[in-house]
Amino acid sequence: MINVIWAGLAIIGIVFAMINGTISDVNEAIFKGAKEAVTLCIGLISILVFWLGMMKIAEHAGLLDKLAKLFKPFISRLFPDVPKDHPAMGYILSNMMANLFGLGNAATPLGIKAMEQLKALNGESTEASRSMITFLAINTSSITLIPTTIIAIRMNYGSASPTDIVGPTLIATICSTISAILIDRYFYYRRSRKG
Amino acid sequence: MEIVSLISLWFIPVLIGFILVYATFKKVPTYESFVEGGKDGIKIAISIIPFLVGMMVAIAIFRASGALEYFLDFIRPLFVAIGIPADVVPLAIIRPISGNAALGMTTDLIAEHGPDSLIGRMASVIQGSTDTTFYVLTVYFGAVGIKKMGDALKVGLLADLAGFIAAILIVLLVFS
Repeated sequence: MINVIWAGLAIIGIVFAMINGTISDVNEAIFKGAKEAVTLCIGLISILVFWLGMMKIAEHAGLLDKLAKLFKPFISRLFPDVPKDHPAMGYILSNMMANLFGLGNAATPLGIKAMEQLKALNGESTEASRSMITFLAINTSSITLIPTTIIAIRMNYGSASPTDIVGPTLIATICSTISAILIDRYFYYRRSRKG
Repeated sequence: MEIVSLISLWFIPVLIGFILVYATFKKVPTYESFVEGGKDGIKIAISIIPFLVGMMVAIAIFRASGALEYFLDFIRPLFVAIGIPADVVPLAIIRPISGNAALGMTTDLIAEHGPDSLIGRMASVIQGSTDTTFYVLTVYFGAVGIKKMGDALKVGLLADLAGFIAAILIVLLVFS
């Protein structure tokens, strides 16, 4: 599916540009887009190196296992395919914590680590497993306690109470996360019925 | 609210301090472990470059050609029909596709309508309550080499839709 979406976006854009006379904009966008992506990845290096380094210390000290044990009852219901004391649990939890506190920078490396572990559990297959889809769904709906960037923007534009959206955002994010879990479950049961 | 911003400020340094104290106490070779873990970071960052370049270029072409605007005009009435203000519709559609574009749009909406207007608040809540599905999908699956992503994209986008509807309803309920 991703192949169709990816090629489709580019093809539709190019054809549209031919008709619309926006070819020069598209030309510029191709190189700007590529440059932006590389800049983003280079920017990620510092964060990835630092947080994966810190998390390796936490892992060696047994902190990740401790964290996994603490939230075991809750998390093992969400990920029934993952063995209870598997390191994947520790990474999944740390990723959720980082998201919760709005540390998107720290959340990405931990999420990638969790995915690596889930892939190992799935026999290194290149196909997404049930747990991977659940984990991704939870991540794309991102549970955030404090949306710091938005608060900063609101302050910049002279809001009388920049933080009054914190409560509504929290409720909305909880709604979207619960929906993500339910939708994920629905698709899982539909898949398993088909066999 | 001061407590909240205080917690955000202290959280990372305290967390780092805690990990280091705990690990030292457990006799873990902290520096060596840090370097070992950090090496993974470089590998991951480099390995996701092709995934992000591919995705971001395709999205950039789609945007720059004007196809996105056209597509937005086409589906806007649909959203307006169910009571979603026309101004926030583009944001709702861009949010899962491009994080930077969505942030730009949110800033525009806040600048234009004021941070304490209904639309300004709606934009704030939409921006804060979901993540960029395409980005998360590209980075997470790209980094570990998942080729068949199953229902992941469908699930992610449907969850986003649920999130927008929730965001809009809650803002209407609380602020109007």
